[in-house]
Amino acid sequence: MSHAIPLNPTRRTALRMAGFAAASLVAPLATPGIARAQTTARLVVIGGGFGGATAARYARINHPTLDVTLIEPRTRFITCPYGNLVLAGMRMPDQITHGYDGLRAHGVKIVHDMAAGIDPVAKTVRLAGGQTVAYDRLIVSPGIAIKWGALEGYDEAASQLVPHAWIPGDGSQLALLRRQLEAMPDGGTVGFALPANPFRCPPGPYERISMVASYLKKNKPKSKILALDAKEAFSKQGLFLDGWKALYGDMIEWVPSNKDGKVVRVDAAEMTFVTEFGTRHKVDVANVVPPQSAARIAFEFGLTDQSGWVPVNPATFEAKSVPGIYVVGDANNGTPMPKSGYIASNTSKHAVACAVASLRNEAPPEGVYFNTCYSHVGDEYGISVVGVYRATDKGIVEVPNSGGVSPRGDLPEQRRLEALYADAWYSSITKDMFS
Amino acid sequence: MRRPILAGAACLAFAAYASAARAAEPVPLAAQGCVGCHGVRGTGSGAIPGIAGRPSTEITATMNAFRANERPGTIMGRIARGYTEADIAAIAAYYATSR
Repeated sequence: MSHAIPLNPTRRTALRMAGFAAASLVAPLATPGIARAQTTARLVVIGGGFGGATAARYARINHPTLDVTLIEPRTRFITCPYGNLVLAGMRMPDQITHGYDGLRAHGVKIVHDMAAGIDPVAKTVRLAGGQTVAYDRLIVSPGIAIKWGALEGYDEAASQLVPHAWIPGDGSQLALLRRQLEAMPDGGTVGFALPANPFRCPPGPYERISMVASYLKKNKPKSKILALDAKEAFSKQGLFLDGWKALYGDMIEWVPSNKDGKVVRVDAAEMTFVTEFGTRHKVDVANVVPPQSAARIAFEFGLTDQSGWVPVNPATFEAKSVPGIYVVGDANNGTPMPKSGYIASNTSKHAVACAVASLRNEAPPEGVYFNTCYSHVGDEYGISVVGVYRATDKGIVEVPNSGGVSPRGDLPEQRRLEALYADAWYSSITKDMFS
Repeated sequence: MRRPILAGAACLAFAAYASAARAAEPVPLAAQGCVGCHGVRGTGSGAIPGIAGRPSTEITATMNAFRANERPGTIMGRIARGYTEADIAAIAAYYATSR
């Protein structure tokens, strides 16, 4: 655990000059001999979600001589995907909760602490607990933060009355929203306030509406859903609207921004949304999917730009502001790729390959980035969107004539299979992260 | 590390992959995308079939049929059209030897 020992600057510099830098430039990632502990190339990963867990696992599997440390404050990771099925009562919270023992078994060193700072010159990460972790290459996959107050009236205190349930954290937000749905009388209205782009999981709010509708139809069929949206269009829109009509009749009312759907104020104590043109909607259960940015540490590390996201080199995912630091997942500005778990996981594998190529002083590999997002619309009713992307001199572009959403129309077998495949996807990708 | 013995068409396809300046990765990056759905090392996951151990000629033919919209499927046509012949050759060579 040489990485865990804080080194004084003189000692650190000497070691770097003697060993680390030289080791970084030779083809093998480990140099046998007496100085082995100092000459094994060190990859440090910050964040243990879809991007970070996958990066750490693949770094060890594909490059067994690499010394890999994962820094993640939580000991359990609750996925955003399938959280909506927990709301519907179709999954239990423990079925979407994962631990890090599988990564330990691959030789990943897990440090349960919060990264508090990066020194890109000394190549160290400072932990909130006081330790310092040295790296040769750093992958940062910190996820998102909620922009508290960006939507008037929606701060952390308000989220205890009107949950967001959009960052899983310890699971309490999702549990709160589930309890509120269970406590609501039949005939009540569930209100959603939905954000402008970009945000984590573009189809996620609409899958959530679907899953809440599924729960209500079975348990409280006189209830209504009012979805107030800051956008005029959303991911897989035609497919969702078709599915809602077919499965839930007129239970769901979706109001786009050009029909006064944009919520500009939340009165949590009154369970009331106030729209752009002053319409007040009092509801019985309220869910806000709030405006978002890259996670706080991306700002503290100086990785973000004025957009609130991290600009990256599209061919390597290196942060434009700090070379040698790779930023993957929802925190980066990877447009036109969606902020999805699949993209975070898939591009983290590319970032690992680029980091290793860089350690070997080789050119970065040519990449192809791949996304599949399934959404459940109802029981045995799934839909999907696919995207295949490549880095070009014009940035990241979707491969022409590929990808896209499921076909529309009366296709019950397609919907049934896609729901099954969604379940299989969840099992597969979480094993790809944690097994 | 798995050191499978390559045979026949797989060897040719693998040579194509290896020449594509991606030698740093033991698993082709294009193939690393499949396991999000197709299970660990492509061994399948629930209703999604395994691709590990399928002959590379079969994987290539299947991907080409999806690409040409000549094989029915829910999602694979949309996916296959995003990959080049070289990608598909690398994917087929890798999964033919994966277990």
